[in-house]
Amino acid sequence: MSGAPRTGRAASCWTCHDCRLLCRVPAGAAHAARCPRCGAPLHARKPGSLERTWALVIAAALCYLPANLLPIMTVTSLGKAQSDTIMSGVVYLLHHGMWPLALVVFVASIFVPILKLVILVFLLVSVRRRSRWRPAERTRLYRVTEAIGRWSMVDIFVVTILVALVRLGALATIEARSGAVFFGAVVVLTMIAAESFDPRLIWDGCEEAEA
Amino acid sequence: MLVACHDCDLLHHLGVIAEGATARCRRCGGLLRRRRRNGIERTVALALAAAVLFAVANAFPFLSFDMKGQVTQTTLVTGVLDLWRQDMPEIAALVLATSVLAPLLQISLLLYVLLPVHAGRVPWQMARAFRLLRHVQPWSMMEVFLVGILVAVTKLAGMAEVVPGLSLWAFALLIVVLAGAMSSLDPQEVWERLGVRS
Repeated sequence: MSGAPRTGRAASCWTCHDCRLLCRVPAGAAHAARCPRCGAPLHARKPGSLERTWALVIAAALCYLPANLLPIMTVTSLGKAQSDTIMSGVVYLLHHGMWPLALVVFVASIFVPILKLVILVFLLVSVRRRSRWRPAERTRLYRVTEAIGRWSMVDIFVVTILVALVRLGALATIEARSGAVFFGAVVVLTMIAAESFDPRLIWDGCEEAEA
Repeated sequence: MLVACHDCDLLHHLGVIAEGATARCRRCGGLLRRRRRNGIERTVALALAAAVLFAVANAFPFLSFDMKGQVTQTTLVTGVLDLWRQDMPEIAALVLATSVLAPLLQISLLLYVLLPVHAGRVPWQMARAFRLLRHVQPWSMMEVFLVGILVAVTKLAGMAEVVPGLSLWAFALLIVVLAGAMSSLDPQEVWERLGVRS
């Protein structure tokens, strides 16, 4: 296709990240440009998107192991102490016949974080290789990744509620453990990683290949 | 009006969009704009309801736990305080931020921006407040907290009796009302109304 530019960047028009106004950017003032409507800094693409997303994905992956191996809480009931990891919590629910909840916790706490990391690495690699493979599907994959991340917080909230409810002195107490800290870090890091990725990079590769 | 898709940067000529209609990018399917009937008024009304429900949800215990006659109750904030006491400040901060502060900020910013806009005025630092609202939104996780409550209650069911409190219902309703407020908001309409006046 030739003639009129198809993308904002090709037309020197940048979309404001915050209010979505399309702004014409003069060639010389590009580095300090601000949105005339809401004042947010303007960029053609999120600055350092790939590097930043890689750094956050790697940091999250490093936290993922201790998050799953260390106990997230210790239950002390009538003098007997028992530590729980995320997985043992899932197994406990399964053993007590609560498989729908076991499924919820497994999906939210174990499956979703690893899925997010795999999808983000896949998107990062495909953008780096200027892949032209199914850009619309990859964009949809990105939107899913952005939307599901928050659900991994379920187990952190479960620990909080258990800690608050069960503090009956000698009868029973529940304490949070360091696995929960790593797990919280995984959730926060993957959420920021998804936010740092710019899905328009997926399409830039296709545009370049066409040109 | 010329707009670029936020997800793929394709340029579109966007004409007048009917109330209740949605415009999507023809290349990647990204949302370009969604208009609701009386969007701003509906958002204001739902945000006001959310403010009342938020106060109720935080003022009363949402669960009580009865084990052999010993009763403990928890509000949203006591869980955070207990984590703090157990030397888990990071988790306490994360829970406080996602279950109390972010929703509070979300409701406050909605009202701060939209009440004056509804009355035809521009609030002080409007652009900054409205931008902050967009950044706060992903961190407001009350619906995830509700699923957490469900799991926690099920786990404790064999151990002792767990009784839901008044504020649990307020909390559940708050989630629905706030989601309604956010989905009836068309940011474009807010900016356009201001553009006409200022």
